[in-house]
Amino acid sequence: MFTEHAKVMKALAAAGEIVGRKKLQKMIYIAKKLQFPFYEKFDFHFYGPYSEELTCRVEELCDLGFLHEVKEKKGGYFQYRYTLTEAGKQFLNHYDIKMPHLQECMQDMNEQNSRFLELVSTVLYFEHLTKEEVKEKVFLLKSKQRYTEEEIEQAYAYIEKLRAKVKNEVRA
Amino acid sequence: MAYPGGQLSEEKVFKDPVHRYIHVRDKVIWDLIGTKEFQRLRRIKQLGTTYLTFHGAEHSRFNHSLGVYEIIRRIIDDVFVGREHWDHSERLLCLCAALLHDLGHGPFSHSFEKVFRLDHEDFTQAIILGDTEVNKVLRRVSDDFPKKVAEVIAKTYPNKLVVSLISSQIDADRMDYLLRDAYYTGVSYGNFDMERILRVMRPREDQVVIKRSGMHAVEDYIMSRYQMYWQVYFHPVTRSAEVILTKILHRAKKLYEDGYNFQTKPVHFYSLFAGNVDLQDYLKLDEAVILFYFQQWQDERDEILSDLCRRFVNRHLFKYVEFNPTNEQMTKLIELTSLFKKADIDPEYYLVVDSSSDLPYDFYRPGEEGERLPIYLLMPNGELRELSRESVLVDAISGKRRTDHKLYFPADFIYDFSTKRTTKKKIIEILEG
Repeated sequence: MFTEHAKVMKALAAAGEIVGRKKLQKMIYIAKKLQFPFYEKFDFHFYGPYSEELTCRVEELCDLGFLHEVKEKKGGYFQYRYTLTEAGKQFLNHYDIKMPHLQECMQDMNEQNSRFLELVSTVLYFEHLTKEEVKEKVFLLKSKQRYTEEEIEQAYAYIEKLRAKVKNEVRA
Repeated sequence: MAYPGGQLSEEKVFKDPVHRYIHVRDKVIWDLIGTKEFQRLRRIKQLGTTYLTFHGAEHSRFNHSLGVYEIIRRIIDDVFVGREHWDHSERLLCLCAALLHDLGHGPFSHSFEKVFRLDHEDFTQAIILGDTEVNKVLRRVSDDFPKKVAEVIAKTYPNKLVVSLISSQIDADRMDYLLRDAYYTGVSYGNFDMERILRVMRPREDQVVIKRSGMHAVEDYIMSRYQMYWQVYFHPVTRSAEVILTKILHRAKKLYEDGYNFQTKPVHFYSLFAGNVDLQDYLKLDEAVILFYFQQWQDERDEILSDLCRRFVNRHLFKYVEFNPTNEQMTKLIELTSLFKKADIDPEYYLVVDSSSDLPYDFYRPGEEGERLPIYLLMPNGELRELSRESVLVDAISGKRRTDHKLYFPADFIYDFSTKRTTKKKIIEILEG
């Protein structure tokens, strides 16, 4: 019970602090695509894969005092920072969740900016298509973001890098 | 886009209690309604287990799909036609996507998706793109037409205005289900003036916006959405039925994996249990099939499976208490789990926490960073303003969190003191404490 909540907390604990709701959404989506057992359902929205379920879960965790949310004004919009609280750390002690290499992956993703993670998650969303088709999708659906071919190549390379991290653990 | 036969020689109408009439003029729509995959939706209830709480809620995904189609048809044919930003060559695509948007829903899909890790949207795509009657009908429009319909439903079609008609924070899907669910459950708070909203909708490059003069009608829509969530969709009794249904599926899967010899073999579940369900297997599932098994399994030798099925079929549901998973409560939950075991009541099946975030409905969100697009009002000077910045009412309910967790258990087992009396007394103390 509350295992799915605990997994989200575990991901946050692994990352340390996550700045931005978009970043949090994309990090969990990418982790899910890397086969970490997150079961929140994602749909494609304006900013790429988005999960209403994850949004609600994070709200619940804030409500319960397990996550600390700081709202700060940034330019024309609000930005949110998330960290695990002491109560959250205690709550997590009730669970023995094993997600090998999650920490490395979350920390690595946390060092990337949310624009890049939006691209990575979009590439992963369409990964059943050929690379050319994926590029076409990115240019069509993300025209306002003006991603370049080079950035898309970087996204592919980054996905490979993350997958290698996960595979290493499987071998070990 | 051409379709052999194009328009029907005579318009067909369906009588509908929500929209009065549903008008069909396009032959492709008529043909799609006649496919077996679409007819299957008659056997899948729109609100799953809600009929156990609101007895009128027996309406199907078939009714709802027709309703969404009709709303889109009215928007396009009565409001958008001839307006800037609206490309009328997308009309047929919008109508087909509206009609087919829920095609992949399975029986009691929320529980099934959770237990078997399925996604009805994947099946919607598979039905539209696979070897099906629906695909054959769509292909008559053009070879790439099924792909386009699938993209609109998956929200990956390049024309975002088209996507937003079917899926946004004020879309035809929500408008139909709110009105329809309110009508069939018999509640009065789900109503809002849809006709007014349709009249003030305006196409923009990326999404539908609402003229400022229609703000009060939209406020009503947001309020009805808010109230329907708490009064109908999150109803604790419906959730109790959902909890039992989920546990039946878990138990049947576990027994199958353990090699249990079912008296009524779960033939229709084999591929679900094995995690390799294909489209043809999936299409054979509907609520009549599932309820047949539940009926039969009431007599299974496995006591847990038969008990859970009897509870579901006879509406003998679990009771609940509020449960906030604070660290103190979590300690109590651990204690309860151990006491349930001592009392010979398997906590895996009879002690369940259910959270509102597990439910498939979403609130209006005013479009914070990275989230879904908000509703925009078109001001008289042409400027766009996010709804909650203009409406005090929407602002009051849109930013407020409200979450809900409940602990479900079989009260009849706990209050049966013929066995394990002391342990059960302790359980009651904790539950009532």
